[in-house]
Amino acid sequence: MKILVGIKRVIDFNVRVRVKPDGSGVDLDGAKMSINPFDEIALEEALRLREAGKASEVIVISIGPNACQQQLRTGLAMGADRAIQVDTEEKLQPLAAARVFLALVEKEQPGLVIVGKQAIDDDNSQTGQMLAALWNRPQATFASEVVLEDQVARVTREVDAGLETIEIDLPAVITTDLRLNEPRFVKLPDIMKAKRKPLEVIPLADLAITNDNKLTIDHYAPPASREKGIMVDSAEALVAELKNRGLL
Amino acid sequence: MSEREVMEYDVVIVGAGPAGLACAIRLKQLNADRSVCIIEKAAEIGAQILSGAVIEPQPLDELLPGWRDNKPPHCIPVSNDSFSLLSKSGAKKLPTPPQTNNHGNFIVSLGALCAWLAPQAEALGVDIFPGYAASGIHYTQDGSVGGAIIGDMGIAMDGSQKASYMEGIEIHAPLTILSEGCRGHLSKQLIKKFNLDADCDPQTYGIGIKELWQVKPGKSQPGTVAHSIGWPLDKNTYGGSFIYHLENDRIAVGFVSGLDYPDPNFQPWEAFQQFKNHPKIKPLFEGGEILSSGARAIVEGGYQSLPRTEMSGALLIGDAAGTLNVPKIKGVHQAMRGGMLAAEHLSEHADGKGYDQALRASPVMAELKKVRNIRPGFHRGLWLGLMNAAWETITAGYSPWTLKNHADHSAMQKLEDYQSPERNWTQRELAPRDRLAAVYFATTAHDEDQPIHLQITEPDICISRCTQEYGNPCTRFCPANVYEIISEEGNTKRLQINAANCVHCKTCDIKDPYQIINWVTPEGGSGPNYQNL
Repeated sequence: MKILVGIKRVIDFNVRVRVKPDGSGVDLDGAKMSINPFDEIALEEALRLREAGKASEVIVISIGPNACQQQLRTGLAMGADRAIQVDTEEKLQPLAAARVFLALVEKEQPGLVIVGKQAIDDDNSQTGQMLAALWNRPQATFASEVVLEDQVARVTREVDAGLETIEIDLPAVITTDLRLNEPRFVKLPDIMKAKRKPLEVIPLADLAITNDNKLTIDHYAPPASREKGIMVDSAEALVAELKNRGLL
Repeated sequence: MSEREVMEYDVVIVGAGPAGLACAIRLKQLNADRSVCIIEKAAEIGAQILSGAVIEPQPLDELLPGWRDNKPPHCIPVSNDSFSLLSKSGAKKLPTPPQTNNHGNFIVSLGALCAWLAPQAEALGVDIFPGYAASGIHYTQDGSVGGAIIGDMGIAMDGSQKASYMEGIEIHAPLTILSEGCRGHLSKQLIKKFNLDADCDPQTYGIGIKELWQVKPGKSQPGTVAHSIGWPLDKNTYGGSFIYHLENDRIAVGFVSGLDYPDPNFQPWEAFQQFKNHPKIKPLFEGGEILSSGARAIVEGGYQSLPRTEMSGALLIGDAAGTLNVPKIKGVHQAMRGGMLAAEHLSEHADGKGYDQALRASPVMAELKKVRNIRPGFHRGLWLGLMNAAWETITAGYSPWTLKNHADHSAMQKLEDYQSPERNWTQRELAPRDRLAAVYFATTAHDEDQPIHLQITEPDICISRCTQEYGNPCTRFCPANVYEIISEEGNTKRLQINAANCVHCKTCDIKDPYQIINWVTPEGGSGPNYQNL
C-alpha cells in the first residue's frame, strides 16, 4: 500500500511573525522556513506504518515554488521513498490544494493520504476534509492514534469532549493532531541518501486544476498592541480604577 | 558506548560563517574532486551570524568575481561616514580615523551574506549540514585531529535518552578546519591541548550587541555609516557604537564594549540601550519598530594575541583564530582572506603544514601588525588611548614596541577595590524594555529538556566567593539574562541558569573572573534564529 503525505513549507514556529509595513502579507525576508509541524507528524506516522510493514511506499508531496524542494528533501531524509513537487508560484487556497491532491491520488492510487490537521501559516484546517469529499472516501481528522488493520483504519480523534475512536474503510484521508507522535531527528548520512532519491516536478498547469480562489485577501494587520499598564498601590485603588473605567 | 557511525570527507569545516564558507568555495574551485563538508549548529545558515556589518569587498571580488551583478540581499555601498564623541546629552563630530574610511565598502547583513554564499558553495559540491553541532573532536591514534564528532540529539536534562534519541555520528577527515567564530568551544579546547597560545599574549574580546529596526519612512538614509565613542562608557571602558542605514527604512544599530572593563557592576546590554536613548540618537528610532536583536563576542587581541593557527590535522581560521582588525572595526574581509588562503595552501600542502607561516607572511597579518598597538593603548583610558591611536596611525605601526594584551577575565576588579563611576544613566523609552524582551527578538529556541550547555565547573564558588568578591557579575554581563541569583527560604541563595535564553555570544565563558563557566554546544539546531543580523 502506498501512503501519500502532504507537506507544506511554512514559516518556522519559532520565528516571530511580523506583518509587512504595507499590510500586503507576512514578512518572510530572512525568516527560517520549515515543514509545517503537523505535516511532519503526518510523515512520521506514515514512516512508522511502513516500518511496521503496513505500507510499502511513502510519497511526500508539496505544492509551491522550487524553494519547497528544501522541505521535500528533508522529508526524503526523514525516510520518505520519493517526492513530488507541484510547481507553482501561485498561492493556492485549500479547495485548489485539495484538487491537486485528488489529481495525484488518481495518478498514484494510494491506500491512505495523511496530512496535517492544519498549516500553521493560514490555520485553515480544510484541505484534508475537502480532499476526502472530492475523492468520496472516508476521513478521520485530528488523529492522536492510528491503527491499521486489513482494509480499515481505527483512528482515535481529539474532539472537544475528549477522545473519540472511529473505524474507517481504506482508502481514506487522515489528518494529524499534535499528540500522534514525536517526529524523528534526521540522521546526517540520510541527508546524503536523500539527495539521490527521486524528486519529480510536475508543473501545476499539467494537472489541469481549476484554481478559482474563492477568497481575496484584502490586507493583513497585526493584533493591536497592548496599552501600557498602570501600577496601583492598593486593592481600593484597583477597585476605584476599574469602576472609573466602567468595568465594575 | 557503541561504535558511532562514520562519514568520511577530505576536509571537514566546523562553522558556516564567512571564513568557513569562503574556504569551502575556494577548496572546490581549486579542486572539484576534493570532498568538503561544513557543519553548522544553527538551524539555518546565517541564523546565528551577527555582525555590523560594513565589509571590504576585495576578498569577495577575488572569490566570486561576478558577485556585484548578483549581490546578496541587504547589501548597499557606503555613501558617507561619520565619527562622533558623545557626552551625556551632546555629540561632537571628530575627524574620521583613516582606518574607518569606508569609501568603496558595503553595508551588509552578514547573516544574509552567509545565507547567500551557502548555495553557491553547495553548487560547487560542498555538503552543508545546518542544524548539527560539532560537540567534540575526533583524534586519531597518533593524537592528531582526525575530524569532528556530532552531538547526540534527544538527551534529557538528567542525561537520559529520550524516545527521540539519536546518536551523533563522527565525521572523519585528514584535515579539520575550525571556523567557529570568536571563542569557538572546540577551538578553545584545541588551543589548550596543543598549547597553541604558548608564544602569544592572551586573547582579548569585546561584546557586540545589535538590533535591526524598521524606522519611520524618511529617517533612514541608505549608505550612511555612523560610529561613536564616549558616553555612556566611562573612560576606563573601551567601546563604541555603530549605526548603519540600510534600504527600505531599516537601520542596524549596535554597541561594542571591550571585555577588559574593570568595573564588576558594568552592564554592557544596559550601556547599549543608554546609547540608543541618547538625545541625539533616539529620534532616529522613535515611532519605529524593532525587528530583531542579538549579541556576539568579538575577538580584539589582533597581532600579538594570534595563536598558532595550525596543529597536526587541523587549522584555525577567521575569528576562531582571531584575525579581526579592531581599529577598522572589520573582520569579515580578514576572515574570508584567511579562509581562502587556507584553501590555497591546502592545494599545495594537503596536510596543512606551513599554513601558520603562510598566514603570518600574508596581507592578513600585515594588516594586523600595522594596527597592533592601537587597541591595547586604550588600557590606560580613553584620552591616552586616542593620543596613542593618533601616533600609531601617523607612524603606520612602525613604533619599535608592541604593547601587551592581558586576559579579560583578570581585568575585572573586586567590588571592594573598585569605585564604580557615577553613571547617571537615564530613564529609557525605546524598546526593548529589558533583556528578556530583547531575547524575544533574538527568537532563540532551545528544547528545555536537554542538559544545561553552560557548565559551571566549580559551582560552590558562585554563591560564596563570587557573591562576596564580585557580586555575581554574570547576572550583569550576560546580554540574555541567562544567569539569575534566586533567593530561597531560609535566606539561602542559588544560581539559576536559564540556558534556554542563551544567544551563544560566549561572553560568560570569556569574562567570568574565576573562569569556571564553560560554554558547550547545546543540541544541534538550538539557539538564536536571527533574521538579517
